[in-house]
Amino acid sequence: MSTTDLESDSPAPQTSSMRGSGRRVGDSVFSYLSVGSGLLIFLTLAAVAIFLTSESMPAVIASQEFSGTSEFSLIEVTLPLVYGTVLASAIALVIAIPISIGIALFISHFAPRRLASGLGYMIDLLAAVPSVVYGLWGGIWLVPKLEPVYVFLNTYFGWIPLFAGEPTAPMRNLASASVVLAVMVLPIITAVSREVFLQTPRLQEEAALALGATRWETIRTVVLPFGRGGVVAASMLGLGRALGETMAVLMILAPGATFSLHILEVGRHNSIAANIASKQAEASGVDMSLLIFTGLVLFVLTFIINALARWIVARSGPKS
Amino acid sequence: MAAPQPINVEDLNIYYGDFLAVEGVDVQIRPRSVTALIGPSGCGKSTFLRTLNRMHEVIPGAYAKGKVEINGENIYDSRVDPVNVRRRVGMVFQKANPFPTMSIRDNVLAGVKLNNRRISRSAADDLAERALKGANLWNEVKDRLDKPGMGLSGGQQQRLCIARTIAVQPEVVLMDEPCSALDPISTLAIEDLIHELKQEYTIVIVTHNMQQASRVSDRTGFFNIAGTGKPGHLIEIDDTDTIFTNPANKETEDYISGRFG
Repeated sequence: MSTTDLESDSPAPQTSSMRGSGRRVGDSVFSYLSVGSGLLIFLTLAAVAIFLTSESMPAVIASQEFSGTSEFSLIEVTLPLVYGTVLASAIALVIAIPISIGIALFISHFAPRRLASGLGYMIDLLAAVPSVVYGLWGGIWLVPKLEPVYVFLNTYFGWIPLFAGEPTAPMRNLASASVVLAVMVLPIITAVSREVFLQTPRLQEEAALALGATRWETIRTVVLPFGRGGVVAASMLGLGRALGETMAVLMILAPGATFSLHILEVGRHNSIAANIASKQAEASGVDMSLLIFTGLVLFVLTFIINALARWIVARSGPKS
Repeated sequence: MAAPQPINVEDLNIYYGDFLAVEGVDVQIRPRSVTALIGPSGCGKSTFLRTLNRMHEVIPGAYAKGKVEINGENIYDSRVDPVNVRRRVGMVFQKANPFPTMSIRDNVLAGVKLNNRRISRSAADDLAERALKGANLWNEVKDRLDKPGMGLSGGQQQRLCIARTIAVQPEVVLMDEPCSALDPISTLAIEDLIHELKQEYTIVIVTHNMQQASRVSDRTGFFNIAGTGKPGHLIEIDDTDTIFTNPANKETEDYISGRFG
């Protein structure tokens, strides 16, 4: 590299020493490399999109909706999976977001400094645990522990549709999958929120304190409004992870394919990712193509979620 | 209301962790007058100011020992809640810091709405108007009270912060170099305002600008530091005229005549 640089850079002896084309080999090599890396992202994304679309075509063509004769319906297969995926992720977020904000605020504003850094380290560690480990833990340890909670919810809050129905042990239901998903998305939401909260301008916080605000009032008037965009972004990152999570759901959830609201009932729901993972080894032909079609749906779904997240963040970001 | 009492500071030592930043301050600050604090950078004048409303201790590891009496009550008594101290001793900062997510009106009322104090719509409107008039800002913003406070100019933002401070009706207003980020015209507006505010409030102002100290204050205190790593001291405090024409202390004279600092 450096030798070519030298050769092309050294000017011909006769010409003025300040002349030159303005282009140096090192510069152009670097610029090609970085442009190439950028393009690679687009190519990869395009390759995935093209693969998903083209490979799912056989299923689309063979489906009831398209041919009008076949025995299987794309919508009937796909929609319950989409429903299960979105429901599990949404419940996971409802559980995880308040806890994450609480932990993040504790680390950024309440904990003594040493405890805060230790806790932050632990949160990061939690994010690094592979999902298959969470799956094992959730399926074997957590599910039996949750049983009394579900029985309680079902008995006393059964009038809420979510907790209605007939839960039966083992509780390999959507609620259990959501709880484990919540544990999995907690670290990312906490870590991002903590960073945002820590960036609250010191002067803003002092303004509130000097007016006689308590610690909680300072957080409410200054820290939370400042961090709102960041918390939304963090939640969307968490949602992205929850939507695509495969192993933990696969290992906990007893699958089903209904639009049931009863998250305590077993064998009612399944997620796209877990469904693909459980069936792809034996599938072939149209069945395989159908699985790939559900993959395409998941791909588009996460795409929309991300676009939405960016839009929300751009809209609600701090104005200063 | 009883006649206002002076602020009594007795043997105040101010620390950042193990470091003694300001040593042995004894001073009486007169009520309903302007006291200016001058001195070179790092001499502890801002640090001292922040102990008067217990803002010093919000910095991790920082604390103060000694006695500061406001209305006969030692604010460093263990039974005193710093939150209540700060409601009675307001503060204006070096850089204007209106709450960025709030409108002009909400900024003024922010302190009043804290601690779940309920206030009716019309009372709030009256209070906002009174505070903004008190800060000489009303005429400039009365038509856009619902616009964000960040949309104002730097000098207007600083007056908004003063309005926010006086809206909670404190007894004392502390100002930490309130004009250092402002242009001369905005500075003049704030100085005029300080003259009016001293009718109702006890004002302590830290300034780097000696002309400003001589223009706005009745009394001036001079802080100095013997060297880096040494604690700052209050060298002398006297009527502003005396400090600037006939100071008792040689260090003060050197400083105000521009021989150092």
